[in-house]
Amino acid sequence: MLCVVDYGVGNLYSLCSSLKAVGAEAVVSGDPEVIAAADKIILPGVGAFGDAAAKLRENGLDKLIIERANAGVPLMGICLGMQMLFAESHEFGCHKGLGLIPGKVISMEGVIAPELKIPQMGWNALHFPNAELKASSPVFCDIPEGEFVYFVHSYYASECDADVVAVCDCGVPITAAVVRGNVMGCQFHPEKSSKAGLQILKNFCEGDFGGAR
Amino acid sequence: MITKRIIPCLDVRDGRVVKGVNFADLRDVSSPEVLAEFYSDCGADELVFYDITASSDGRQLFTDALRRVASKVFIPLTVGGGIRTLDDFDRVLKCGADKVSVNSGAISDPDLIPRAAERYGSQCVVLSADIKRVDGRFTLFKNGGRVDTGIDAIEWIEHGVRNGAGEIVVNSIDTDGVGGGFDIEMLRAVSEVADVPIVASGGAGCIDDFITLFNTLPSVDAGLAATIFHFGKIKIPDLKESLRDAGISVRYKNV
Repeated sequence: MLCVVDYGVGNLYSLCSSLKAVGAEAVVSGDPEVIAAADKIILPGVGAFGDAAAKLRENGLDKLIIERANAGVPLMGICLGMQMLFAESHEFGCHKGLGLIPGKVISMEGVIAPELKIPQMGWNALHFPNAELKASSPVFCDIPEGEFVYFVHSYYASECDADVVAVCDCGVPITAAVVRGNVMGCQFHPEKSSKAGLQILKNFCEGDFGGAR
Repeated sequence: MITKRIIPCLDVRDGRVVKGVNFADLRDVSSPEVLAEFYSDCGADELVFYDITASSDGRQLFTDALRRVASKVFIPLTVGGGIRTLDDFDRVLKCGADKVSVNSGAISDPDLIPRAAERYGSQCVVLSADIKRVDGRFTLFKNGGRVDTGIDAIEWIEHGVRNGAGEIVVNSIDTDGVGGGFDIEMLRAVSEVADVPIVASGGAGCIDDFITLFNTLPSVDAGLAATIFHFGKIKIPDLKESLRDAGISVRYKNV
């Protein structure tokens, strides 16, 4: 059973519709028992990092998700959910994340080309700098170089080069997706990225992630 | 690089997509779901779904139609028309909207934009402004462009961005439905005060109008139109190809 973690952050209608469209039977739940029983987990999220991390901690869901991920359960974070996979974020102060992927989340201000607006809102192309990592991932292996996906974000994951499977061009490469064993994340919104996004979700739902790391 | 967005606008009345010339003389075009799916399949980057009569007569948005659109169309969806309260935001967001566009509602309640931005984030709050030149001044209109507010539109937008609007839709009443091109002068004035994404609306008549828009004003992020798309005068794949050939960054593959 695939569980979309509902921790009161963001709107899950589109994500659930898109999972239905790719034939996945997803359960939306914030119940620790349901999440513990899931064989795949999606961690969504929209909003501010600090609030979201606090909400996740409220019910001990943070520890549970870390425990399940460490047990080898495939986990995909989307947008803010992807940023939560990292050890820390510097959005409005310093906040602790799940620490499943080394690195930190920082502002794009002063990093990206000065003529670009923040947030990055719109479609940008995926580039895959690490062919080996891409090929190893059931989620990204068949997504073509240059595929367009939809982004809405002001912060990005940095100092995580070893786990970056995809970047987008903002004058400098900005982390678009990460993969570390059974844990992965998309900075963009696959549920809003038309057919390419649906393919990514389908790959996650149907993919065989083998043994735990 | 981030691409310029092409956005068909689905103006809705009585559950059907309509488009007027200068906001009058509405003509029925098609069902929202059929058009939304068609546009998504042919490469539209986003859809705007407006209940154009809601501001003046208080009609509720047709949330059932919205739900149907959002359950089969997986591109960003902006919803507007009759948005006056946080409950209105909540109602359309729960039906699958990604962004909510406020127009007259932001004029009658100055707290609407800041409160919505605080609750849902700026990326979710779109300020849509109907603007017309009155005595040589860009003036804000409300209620579907029918009522002159006397407010300076550029100051209004500057204020809206400061209050948390994450995107601006500039509807030029002067060029809307005329097909003579976007209102470059008005858009330039807006881009001088707004550092958030700007969507140009009103006046597109041909492919060259989009090329002129993005070449003349790189600070404009998207072009919105209705009639020319609904009646097939411009086909989105052709438009994307022409923009790409003109050196403008667009999404043209995954449709």
